This record gives sequence, C-alpha cells and structure tokens, in this order.
Amino acid sequence: MMKKFTKPGLYLLLLGLAVAFPWLKFIGVDKYQIRIMTLAMAWAIAALSLNLILGYTGQASLAQGAFMGIGAYSFGILAQRAGLNFWLALPLACLITAFIGLLVGLPSLRTKGPYFAIVTLCFNVIVFKVFENWTWLSGGIQGQVVPQPAFLVQRWARYYFVLGCLVLVLVVMHFIVKSLLGVTLMSIRSNENLAEAVGINTFRNKLLSFVVSCFIVGLAGSLLAIENGQLDFTITSYLYSFYILIYVLIGGAATLAGPVVGAIGLYWLLDYMKKVGIKGVEEFRYLIFGLILILVVIYLPRGVVGGTKQFWEWAKTRFKKKKTGEVLE
Amino acid sequence: MTLLRVEGLTRLFGGLVAVNKVDFEVPEGNIVGIIGPNGAGKSTLFNLIGGSIPPTSGKVVFGGKEITGWNPHHVAREGIARTFQTTALFEELPVYVNLVIGRRMRTRSGLWDVILHTPRLRREKNETTGKVMEVLEFTGLGQYANEPAGSIPQEAQKRLAIGVALMGDPRLLLLDEPTGGVGMGETDNIIALIDRIRAMGITVCVIEHKMRMIMSLADRIVALNFGVKIAEGVPQQVCEDPSVIEAYLGECIA
Repeated sequence: MMKKFTKPGLYLLLLGLAVAFPWLKFIGVDKYQIRIMTLAMAWAIAALSLNLILGYTGQASLAQGAFMGIGAYSFGILAQRAGLNFWLALPLACLITAFIGLLVGLPSLRTKGPYFAIVTLCFNVIVFKVFENWTWLSGGIQGQVVPQPAFLVQRWARYYFVLGCLVLVLVVMHFIVKSLLGVTLMSIRSNENLAEAVGINTFRNKLLSFVVSCFIVGLAGSLLAIENGQLDFTITSYLYSFYILIYVLIGGAATLAGPVVGAIGLYWLLDYMKKVGIKGVEEFRYLIFGLILILVVIYLPRGVVGGTKQFWEWAKTRFKKKKTGEVLE
Repeated sequence: MTLLRVEGLTRLFGGLVAVNKVDFEVPEGNIVGIIGPNGAGKSTLFNLIGGSIPPTSGKVVFGGKEITGWNPHHVAREGIARTFQTTALFEELPVYVNLVIGRRMRTRSGLWDVILHTPRLRREKNETTGKVMEVLEFTGLGQYANEPAGSIPQEAQKRLAIGVALMGDPRLLLLDEPTGGVGMGETDNIIALIDRIRAMGITVCVIEHKMRMIMSLADRIVALNFGVKIAEGVPQQVCEDPSVIEAYLGECIA
C-alpha cells in the first residue's frame, strides 16, 4: 500500500525540484550551477544508455565514449558545416550514431563477456586516434564550432531542454524495462544459453539493445556539444567510457534511477572538489573516483540505488514486524 | 506418427566419439526414455537435437522437416523444448518472469510496440499472463510466483524448468534428468507432472537414471553406452537385454 503512494510521489517531487532548480536563487543557485547541472544531466543520459546494454542486457560495452563523440561530431558537422536545421540535425546525429553502432555491433556482439568489453574498448581507442589525426573531420585542436539555435541561447533554456530529453529517455527506458522486450534482454543477462533454448534470438536482441544504447548516447553527446557550443576530438576519449561505467556502477546498474543518481551525484562531487580550492585536488579525482568505486563494489554491489532499495525493504519488514508484534519465524 | 527421427547421428570431440551413429525414433504421444552409464553421450545427444552443438554427421528430422545443425532458438520455435541436466533457470528473476520469458518466442512485440504501446503489445501481454497462470497452476508453483527462481527448493526448480519449457507450446519435450538431485520422496510430484504432460498430447523424451521410475513411465527405452546405441525397445525388453545389464544395470530390477 505504502509503495503505491510513495513512488510516484517521490518522482513528482524530484521532477518538481528539477524544474524549480534554476529559480532557487535564495539557496545560492547561480548561472554556473545551472550549467553544471545541465552537463550532469547530459552525462546522466549517457549513463542510462550504458545501463541498457550493461545493466539490463549484461553486455559490458566500453565504447560509449566513442559513440558519444560520434554523436556530438555528427550533430556539430550537420548543424554547422552542412547548415542543417536543428530539429533535423539532432535526430539525424542520433541515427548516424545508431547506424555506426549497428556496424560495430554486428561483428563485436558475436564475442561474449570480457571479450566483448575488450573489443569495444579497442574500437573506442581506434575512434579516438582517428579523430585525433583526421583534423579535416575533427578540426584538430581548434575543434568544431557547434551552433546553438535561437531558442537555446539562454542558459536556462538549455537546462530545460536537456531536462526534457532526460525525462523522455527515462520514460522510454521505463517502457522498455517493464515490457516483454525488457524481460527478453534480462533473460540474456541472466542465462544466455537458456534464453536460446527457449527460442530467443539472443544475438538479435543484443544487437537491438546495443543500437538503442548508441542512439541514446549519441543524443547525450549532441547535448553536451550544444551546451558547450564547441567540441574537440577529446570527447571521443575512452576515459569517458570509464566515467560512464563508474556512474552506472556507483549509482546502481539495472535500476532506472541508479545511472541518473550516479552521474549527477558524482558530477557534483567533482565540481565541489574543484571549488573547495585545495590545490591540485582536481588531479586526485581519478584516485577519489577509484576509491569510491572500490568501496561501492565491496559494500554496495547493487550501487547506491540498489543498496537503498534493499535497505528500504529490510526496514519495512522490520517495522512491520515490530508494529504487528509478530514473532520472528 | 514418428515425430522425431535421428539418423546416424555422430559427434566427435577431438578424437573422442561422444555420439556414434545413433539411430532412433520418437513416436508421437509417447514417452521415450534414454538410459546409459555416465559419459554414454545422453546429454550430448540432446545437445545435438536441440542445436546447442552441431553434429559431425547424421540427420535430425522433426515432424518431417530436417533440422540438423539449426540454431537452438530456431529449433525451439519449431516446437522442441528442453531442460538441462544442471537445472537452468533465470535465477535472479521471479518465477513468473521465468515463465514469461518462456513464452516470448510466441510473441512478436518489438521496440516500437513497447514505445508506442500498441494494441498488439497489450494483447500479447494479456495472452502471456493467461498462459503464465495456466502453467503456474499446472506445475503447482503458484505459491512461489513472486520469488526469485534461484531461491525456491530444488524440486520446485525442476518443475519450474519444465514449466518454462511448456510456455512455448512445444510438441516435443526433452527432459535431461528431471529428478536429478531431488530426494527419492520428492520425485513423485515430477513423475505425476510428466504423466500429465503426456496426457496433454506432448511427446516426451527423458534421460533418467532412476530405473524404477523410467520403467513405469516410458513407452520405449533407448540404451546408450560409449556413444553407441546398444538396445532399443519396450522397457521390459531393454531391461532384460544382456548388453544393457552388462554395461549399466548389473541386474534387471523391474
């Protein structure tokens, strides 16, 4: 009974907070923080994309950074050099990313487990090197200018646009995960041989999950590019693949909220470390990331969100037992 | 009449002949038992029929169609369902979700149905739910419906594995030691279940070591040893076959 009321209520509260965020000047929200939040939400979309292929389908893709870069550059080149309309360039950029995902997935998804992780990581390194050296494509050090359409020139407008995209991606994820398609993907994660034996075309479903994941991370890359107004080849770095992986693992893989919590939480933490002003603390961020990751993997194997859920279930049974005076069986 | 026909089926693992020119037939509506000592090639035979591993040579004909070397998911769609010797389930998922997955191959909803909430998705969801209720009832697993499959008792897991196989409306069910690892007192449930499956008109092929059980359950028995078929026939006949007694039984207890 309680669950019925609290869950949508909590979501509405969070959504309300997110909508109100840019106007909370009295608790010190300024332009800079709106920008940080916008970037954090774009990363949250990237984390959600990895969650689909890793958390639900069980295939550890380490190429999300590459696809994020491909999405960002597709948008930048289409919108700036080709001068395409924003509403055409954005979906097209995502589609290009998804198509390249299809081409990469066709051979790489025939490998399993750690081999798939290695193949995708290799692909990411190749993409990074290509963008580093093909300056006609990436613009080299100068990078690529990304135009902001008139309605996204305002900082708060970009904030709401990215928030809208995040909510949309979350809704689509919710539909996928709670459906026949979602349980099909989870069956592959759980026991691929059995999934085959009960008639599921595991390769096709893995490919579908991978392509959708690429589409979404392409969107995340485009949004980052729009927010920054420019981009350079470093956006395709494999380091970002690991960032996204850390967001998902710390937040909680195979939960809907986990990647969002992980991405936004860690992005803020990173920013806070910068602001505290301890000299060189920024250089330690990988170290701190690593420490958090180790602690989470040991003590919260299902991430912050998974762990909280478990605690909540435990607390509920405890509370219930106390209240009704039941004896422990 | 003949639902499954296996002709000269052979599989080599390096120099080892795991299955050696095996021929047998499974008549429609029967229960066929497959017996033999450990390492006789019984499970390999199922893997060859089910498509998990391709045969080196030979033919598998199902319902008049040759299915030799097909992918497991194609074989499953054709109507052959199977369970595994080491009970295979989607362990962290609830029992009813395991059953839903078993039905998936009979549904067609894809990404667009999910995103757009098409009537097809709703129809297939309702159909699947109905079928899940039916199979939960049939296998007597109703009380476990919401529990993770890995956490229910071993004997119930065996029934669940059979339930998952039944969800796809198979014509032939391959059961690899359905009572393996289950206490003697608990096997009755599973025997009764297999009997009721035959009553539904589903043909069953079962690997089993418990001779008393297979003797009373099977219509025909195939005996394997070192990958070779050494006997085939009605249970009494196979049980009294000298080569079967020598290779496997020691004496005919039935």
